[in-house]
Amino acid sequence: MKRRAILLVVGVFGLLLTLPLWASPYTVSLATLFLFFAYAGQAWNIMMGFAGLLSLGHALYLGVGAYTVAALYDHFSIGPWVGLWLALALCGLLAAAIAALAFHYRVAGVYFALLTIACAEFARIGFDHFNWVGGSGGLFLKVVEPGRMDLFNLRGPPAMFYYLILFLAGTALLLSALLLRSRAGYYWQAIRESEDAAAALGVNRFRWKMLAVIISGAMTALAGMFSAFYYSNLFPEQLFHISRSIEIILGPIIGGVGTLFGPIIGAALLTVLAEGATEFVAAVGWDVPGVKQLVYGIVLFAIVAFLPEGIWPALARKLKLRQ
Amino acid sequence: MACARTQAEAAPMSASLAVQHVSKSFRGLQALADVSFEIQPNTITALIGPNGAGKTTLFNIIAGAQTPDHGAIVLDGCRIDGLRPDQICRLGIARTFQIVKPFARLMVLDNVVIGALSCCTRVKDARERADAILGMVGLGSKRNLTSAMLTLPDRKLLELARALATRPKLLLLDEVLGGLRPTECDRLMALLRDITEREGISLVLIEHVMRAVMALARTVIVLHHGEVIAQDTPANIVREQAVLDCYLGEPFSV
Repeated sequence: MKRRAILLVVGVFGLLLTLPLWASPYTVSLATLFLFFAYAGQAWNIMMGFAGLLSLGHALYLGVGAYTVAALYDHFSIGPWVGLWLALALCGLLAAAIAALAFHYRVAGVYFALLTIACAEFARIGFDHFNWVGGSGGLFLKVVEPGRMDLFNLRGPPAMFYYLILFLAGTALLLSALLLRSRAGYYWQAIRESEDAAAALGVNRFRWKMLAVIISGAMTALAGMFSAFYYSNLFPEQLFHISRSIEIILGPIIGGVGTLFGPIIGAALLTVLAEGATEFVAAVGWDVPGVKQLVYGIVLFAIVAFLPEGIWPALARKLKLRQ
Repeated sequence: MACARTQAEAAPMSASLAVQHVSKSFRGLQALADVSFEIQPNTITALIGPNGAGKTTLFNIIAGAQTPDHGAIVLDGCRIDGLRPDQICRLGIARTFQIVKPFARLMVLDNVVIGALSCCTRVKDARERADAILGMVGLGSKRNLTSAMLTLPDRKLLELARALATRPKLLLLDEVLGGLRPTECDRLMALLRDITEREGISLVLIEHVMRAVMALARTVIVLHHGEVIAQDTPANIVREQAVLDCYLGEPFSV
């Protein structure tokens, strides 16, 4: 990476690090939303962007991760920092099971994507009737009095959640960068570009695809944990819904699938545009339900038509961050 | 080039390969019928024959991309048929694809690094090895291009470079010389001879460029309708009536 690229990353990170000190609560909540999608988008990007495995059902890992940590906290008072390990393991295992099934029966491409949707939908309907965690009525976490901060139980002010998701998104970026430069990154990209050629060069396709799926699924579990404790309520219809899966993948697709910064840029743009449009419509006094989805649609349409590689590759060329 | 010791390196560098009574059919179409031959260590063997003779199918079977219906593939005394392509690669057989399969969105160098990673433990070593091999095949100046930007002859060189990077004992080359300009062809022929003589890698070439076949091969195997119809030295093969009838046509002078 070039010096100016590093400077840019450090600059933006510095800005984000001090954000709660100078920005309004509304801006902080907006930035939290942006970082949430930046994090989840990066998790998805490892599977699709790096290894070429299209998942349209990442809401499954979001939901299972959220419910695992929240249920342990609610029923057994097990803190989220302990529960997250179970969520990681569970989602990794779940991802591995689905992928093993798919690879064994040679379910690939579009059919693989359909399988991931089916699994997420199955979970949504299942959790609707899973009364131990509230069923379709939802699960609610105890809210503490405002102003108190309990990092150990993840109860506290919005700024705490902001820093938590900033940490997660930053770590995900670091992890993605490391993975991409490792044997795994090379092998994933080889598999993405041509499975036959990869195999002929000694790449064990099954093993490396499984690794991508497990890392991606487990990472998304943490997004679920964050979501559960940030909002303090969990509904199957929200967490497992296919629109959640779509929201997760929009960022990377708009920013640039398979790139390091694409998911982050995409998430930033989408959050600003969607929230901006919502605010604008409210301010003007128009009644446009679903304006957010409308913005998503228009942005997606523009990207597919004009920048099919996504924003980041074009932006990087423009800023001369790459050759 | 610091490369980790692997199976491929610990074993004797050159390999002997035996194809024993291999048959393969696709929905009634007999692609290969009872094909048998042996490849001696440290030699160049050419596999020729008309289109549809079964040459590429044979490569696919040796490299593990397809399994034979009958018969066995034996590498240095061990049966390898039924193993996966990646396992066979790690045992020391590398191959190129006739219809080239570059990792299109990756840089030329990274394409070769992926091959080199099968014998190098560290990515840094693999990059050094890939760089050296790109220089050897003459793609050094194009190392930082996206491989989708290469011309077809260059993509064939890239196939060769990737395969070489895996440190093979036996290299299966599927029409790498076709489409090259005569000077390029001569350079690559010299390189192939060098690979065999200096590095001790056995080569099997599927090739239609008869000039190269005559100059390089010690043994020529002729496939026709999935059967081996002749197997001899180049000088003798061009006088074989069956070969003239089905493939070469008129008498070929050396």
